[in-house]
Amino acid sequence: MQLIKTLTASTALLVVAAGAAYADDHMASDMTLVSWGGAYQNSQIKAYAEPYMEMNPGVSITWDESSNEAVAKLRAMNEANNVTWDLVDVVAADAMRLCDEGLAMEIDPNEVLAEAPDGTSAEDDFGDLLVSDCFIPQIVYSTTFGYREDMVPAGTPAPTDICALFDTETYPGMRSLEKRPINNMEWALLCDGVAKDEVYSVLETPEGQQRALDKLATIKDSVIWWSAGADTPQLLADGEVFMGSTYNGRLFSAIEEQDQPIAMLWDAQVFDLDGWIIPSGLPEERLNRVLDFVKFATDTQRLADQAAYISYGPARFSSAPLVGKHAELGIDMAPHMPTDPANAKNTFLYNYEFWADYRDDIDAKFQAWLAQ
Amino acid sequence: MRQKMRALMLVAPLLIFVVVTFIVPILSMLFRSVENDIVPNTIPGTVIALSQWDGSSGEPPHENVYRNLYIDLFKAEEAKQHTRLGSRLNYEQSGLSSLFRTTGRSLDDIGELWQDPLEDIDPNFEEGSFWFEMMSGTGGEDFLETRRELMALMSDEDMSGDVGFVPSEEIIQLLPWTARAYTDFALWAAIRDGDTVAEEDPWESVYGALGMDLTNPDTVSAINSYNGAGASALQTAAANIDQLPQFGFREAFTEEDKDWGSADIWATIKLYSPSMTPGYFLNSVDMTLTPDGIVMKPENQQIYTTLFMRTLIMALIITASCIVLGYPVAWLLANLPMRTASILMILVLLPFWTSLLVRTSAWKVLLQQQGVINEILVWLGFVNDADRLVLMNNATGTVIAMTHILLPFMILPLYSVMKTIPPSYQRAAKSLGATNWTAFWRVYFPQSVPGIGAGSILVFILAIGYYITPEIVGGTDGVFISNRIAYHISSSLNWGLAAALGSILLVVVLGLYWCYDKIVGIDNVKLGG
Repeated sequence: MQLIKTLTASTALLVVAAGAAYADDHMASDMTLVSWGGAYQNSQIKAYAEPYMEMNPGVSITWDESSNEAVAKLRAMNEANNVTWDLVDVVAADAMRLCDEGLAMEIDPNEVLAEAPDGTSAEDDFGDLLVSDCFIPQIVYSTTFGYREDMVPAGTPAPTDICALFDTETYPGMRSLEKRPINNMEWALLCDGVAKDEVYSVLETPEGQQRALDKLATIKDSVIWWSAGADTPQLLADGEVFMGSTYNGRLFSAIEEQDQPIAMLWDAQVFDLDGWIIPSGLPEERLNRVLDFVKFATDTQRLADQAAYISYGPARFSSAPLVGKHAELGIDMAPHMPTDPANAKNTFLYNYEFWADYRDDIDAKFQAWLAQ
Repeated sequence: MRQKMRALMLVAPLLIFVVVTFIVPILSMLFRSVENDIVPNTIPGTVIALSQWDGSSGEPPHENVYRNLYIDLFKAEEAKQHTRLGSRLNYEQSGLSSLFRTTGRSLDDIGELWQDPLEDIDPNFEEGSFWFEMMSGTGGEDFLETRRELMALMSDEDMSGDVGFVPSEEIIQLLPWTARAYTDFALWAAIRDGDTVAEEDPWESVYGALGMDLTNPDTVSAINSYNGAGASALQTAAANIDQLPQFGFREAFTEEDKDWGSADIWATIKLYSPSMTPGYFLNSVDMTLTPDGIVMKPENQQIYTTLFMRTLIMALIITASCIVLGYPVAWLLANLPMRTASILMILVLLPFWTSLLVRTSAWKVLLQQQGVINEILVWLGFVNDADRLVLMNNATGTVIAMTHILLPFMILPLYSVMKTIPPSYQRAAKSLGATNWTAFWRVYFPQSVPGIGAGSILVFILAIGYYITPEIVGGTDGVFISNRIAYHISSSLNWGLAAALGSILLVVVLGLYWCYDKIVGIDNVKLGG
């Protein structure tokens, strides 16, 4: 029995070694990675790309800051039969669309991704976050609110409830919200008395959509609508708005790195995922290189390392305990993670299926409402 | 003639360059505004079967439609095209995207409803080689080619090559559904996957299709007198049809998702099944296609006409303010001594050397409520601290920032025209007794009109297509139609609608150009000299 075990183990090792050697000969030496630019891309360079290039000295990595328009560009590249990207960082909703359009490669997580150090399979380690057959999750981020501490009226307690957004009497001042229906409609319904687990069934109906818009209409005059993630931190820093929604990592850097008088309001934060997709139809050499990189870049340690540069939660269960201190500020990162129990008392998970279906319809209504 | 040829040869490189890199892509983009191939290509059988269906009855279509849908969708799922079709149809009716996605996942399960009992009835049905032998033969070459073409259209891939399989004419007659499903499977296995057909187990859809055939009593009696390959297994199956599911594909589909039983869904599919559609153009003027004809969209979804009007009006305002601000500057440039004029010229050109985004962001710093302009006004006491001016995130912001950005395009043509106006004309007018104003208005100004014309056309056309600046400073009532086009190109991926909006914008611009030519005359436009 023991013998058989040893034999199988060593055969397996041989196969792996042979596989590695084979792979080495058949891997492209450069890769084009697509990401969001800014602090986020920087965290990926520090946590994934630099260690990888150290291990593989011959490899060069080119970064393209096009994630914002990745779906459209990838579609255009595919139609021109000239896909120049090897690995693309997208939000989960975009990954689903790319998968639907056949533009992203379907993957088997257990085959493509590394196991957790304790041997848990990748599929279990990522768990529910594998929301699409093509999607390789990296981080959990949230869209949440920040507010100016110094603009809270004297004698009023600081806001702790999402509905402070609609309470312009207690908390006067402008608000900034994203110029799209997603998240705003949910918050509006929540503050209009809809129970959290009924939000989407209400939002499915035209009456529910109108109800959400009517609720938003109560603050329409005091809203600045943003379309870039950097807008809200800037508006808050300049005192243009009292509170505004944006990605939690942007608020972290405004609060901790730039020392602005801003505080977080985690209530009803909306979790969303960001991760990699591999474009479909890559030539074998490039594909081998990408697979090699992805396996490395999404292992337990690497995902935990990324959290030292930006306050987004790693997508693996096994990475959470390894999250340490901020690489430059030296503060503990765990309390700044959207997934930290103290922050995650009341949360939403972005409803991918719902928005894939209703996005076009509700967006038309939302834009028409905005233009009125 | 020869000279003309020679001239043509000389411009040929540029001409070819322009045609290949500019005109062809634009035309193909515009063509998307009516193109709707994806529906008839992905589910061709369903589209044909559906043409028989009368949507006004409110009843879901006949079983035949669902059978075709199953055969079509199964191969579309293999090629990952069903979700694309879902996204396309979702533009017209919410919910179709996930309907196609989830149905795609359960197609195997539907097939297994027939596969499992068939394999129980006769274990031969488990064997890929048995199926191959039963389905192969001679005489089905045309049938194979038809299926090959349909497959190529559906998957958008080259399907040519040797399949190593020809369906038998006899089996095509005997089992029409099965022959279609199996031929599709054979094509896919041989050409896409590079496998040997005889060694592969058929798709679940093949079993489903055999189930369809066996519901036909004529087929059952024909099977009993059939004596080709696989006859005994088929006869066993025909003798045991009571073990097969006793429901049809309509029930199977509605069981997976009740929406398949809704006449609305089918009405939408039928409405968008022709390979050309006016749907995108109708959408871009806030109308929509319904089974009862073309109607206006509900008021809370009307947006594009408003945006078109707003774009035109704001582009006109921007052009007008460029004329008002640019004219004196151009006059100064043309009349100052050379040295001073060239310094002024550098100031005019300076903005060109700064990135558009930087300039727009600088306007943000200036215009916002806690921004430089408001701070100064409050400090000077012109404005109350409590009600600072709202200069951005509205139409005002767009007009201010875009006037600044487009101003050089007005000043430069004006300057080059003014430069050619001899100062002696004005002096002559004055010597004949004209006042300063009359000399300017009656003598100088008419000669500068060609410059205004050229500048206005440049500014207006640039303004109408701008989207970065309105996006940043425009808020909600300062955005243009181009912002929606950009949204549909890069975010909602509704390229057909984006193309339709773009085509309308192009036609509007050409129309205005034509009007301008009729009223002012295009010969009256000068960019210089």
